[in-house]
Amino acid sequence: MSEAPNASPALLDMRDVSKAFGAVEVLRSVSLQVKRGEVVTVIGPSGSGKTTLLRCVNFLESYDSGSIRIDGKEVGFRETATRQRRSERDLAAMRAETGMVFQSFNLFPHLTAAGNIMLGLTKVRGKKEAEARSIAEHWLGRVGLAHKADSLPAELSGGQQQRVGIARAVAMEPKILLLDEITSALDPELVGEVLAVVRSLADDGMTMLMVTHEMAFARDASSRIVFMADGEVSAVGPPKEILAAETSNERLRTFLARFRASHF
Amino acid sequence: MGYALNFNLIWRHFDKLWGGLLLSLELAVISIAVGVVIGLVLAVWYVSAGRVVRAVIAAYVEFIRNVPLILLVYLVFYGLPTVVDLAYSAPTSFVLTLSVYSGAYLVEVFRSGLDAVPRGQLDAGKAIGLTPWQRLLHVRLPAMLRITLPALSNTFISLFKDTSIASVISVPELTFGAQWINFNTFRIVEVYLVTTAMYLVTGYIMLFGLRLVERRFRAAR
Repeated sequence: MSEAPNASPALLDMRDVSKAFGAVEVLRSVSLQVKRGEVVTVIGPSGSGKTTLLRCVNFLESYDSGSIRIDGKEVGFRETATRQRRSERDLAAMRAETGMVFQSFNLFPHLTAAGNIMLGLTKVRGKKEAEARSIAEHWLGRVGLAHKADSLPAELSGGQQQRVGIARAVAMEPKILLLDEITSALDPELVGEVLAVVRSLADDGMTMLMVTHEMAFARDASSRIVFMADGEVSAVGPPKEILAAETSNERLRTFLARFRASHF
Repeated sequence: MGYALNFNLIWRHFDKLWGGLLLSLELAVISIAVGVVIGLVLAVWYVSAGRVVRAVIAAYVEFIRNVPLILLVYLVFYGLPTVVDLAYSAPTSFVLTLSVYSGAYLVEVFRSGLDAVPRGQLDAGKAIGLTPWQRLLHVRLPAMLRITLPALSNTFISLFKDTSIASVISVPELTFGAQWINFNTFRIVEVYLVTTAMYLVTGYIMLFGLRLVERRFRAAR
């Protein structure tokens, strides 16, 4: 069982990943690399496999074939010839290396803002209560919620909850942050505060893979944009190239036209 | 109405009712405590187990829920000792029965609570790298408890009232005390009025306490 680091310089290296739910192929031989410090945005019509792709990266979803490596290490399966699923303990350890922020926040309702952040720090990272608390306070400060450390999720607005969600993920010092439509459940006036936090993390050099419908944000904040359609990577490139109205990719053109029609 | 209420005889024998109430509470508390352990263990096992274990647990729950408690009490107290070499007192026998009985009801309460924990919270637990046990302990069980508290309160009150069935095997709890006074004083209306009031007040106090706990947890949502 050799787990030699992959020669690829990419932090996240997905190769030919395929997955089907029954007869429906959600991912068809998807390959995607994300380098350290890169912000890669995934766009595409709903049902194109964006969220599934993201959930495969930290193995919240299994995949049928192909490989996903983070820092050269295969995520969900042992590197044996038989493609054996890793033990739950190994999977937990792997997942601790990736952070995830969810569309519906998914804060633990019985824990305060600080408590939500401290859970992983104490139970997974083995930090002492006091140290975990000060890390939690530091990150709550970073997302502008220092004064809400002892508030329960129910006492916070959607935007505030999502910022706690981000703080919970980054406090674990993940190698890569996965953001799954993190502003889709927010009222329009709360979107800005959340995106500002993401922006500042990007400026700090956090590696991110982000599914979003915020085209303006994707354009301004991404190193590259991935366009997915029907479970395939249909186009990849710098924002300018992908979001250009005169693209030759027909599916992308239709998607962008439809998007513009509904948003402007 | 030609019947004149006279409570004097009731007060003279009130120790039978008071002592009975204390025993009722004791039977309820022990049975519920054991029932909670049975319920929690089986519910957690159920949601993570395969078909066979699920079928066995479901069979236990269905059996208990479809047989009257009084019958189970007779079965355990009179039936079981004749089949196997066991000897136990009436109160012990009743606690045994009510524990197994409450366990079945509580499995259902806890199981539906575990199922009702939003999937996203479990995903969040996975995403920060918690192991399955840690997710159960720190994410799923606390969330489940908040969801099930109202149903749990109802079950507890109901089980407290079920202790009255112990009177059929002469356990000197509240209802048995009431019967004793009735047989010895013939003040049937008075004794059952007082006994009813005692069940009511105790039930209300329990409910009030449990609602306080619920409110604390709801505030923490």
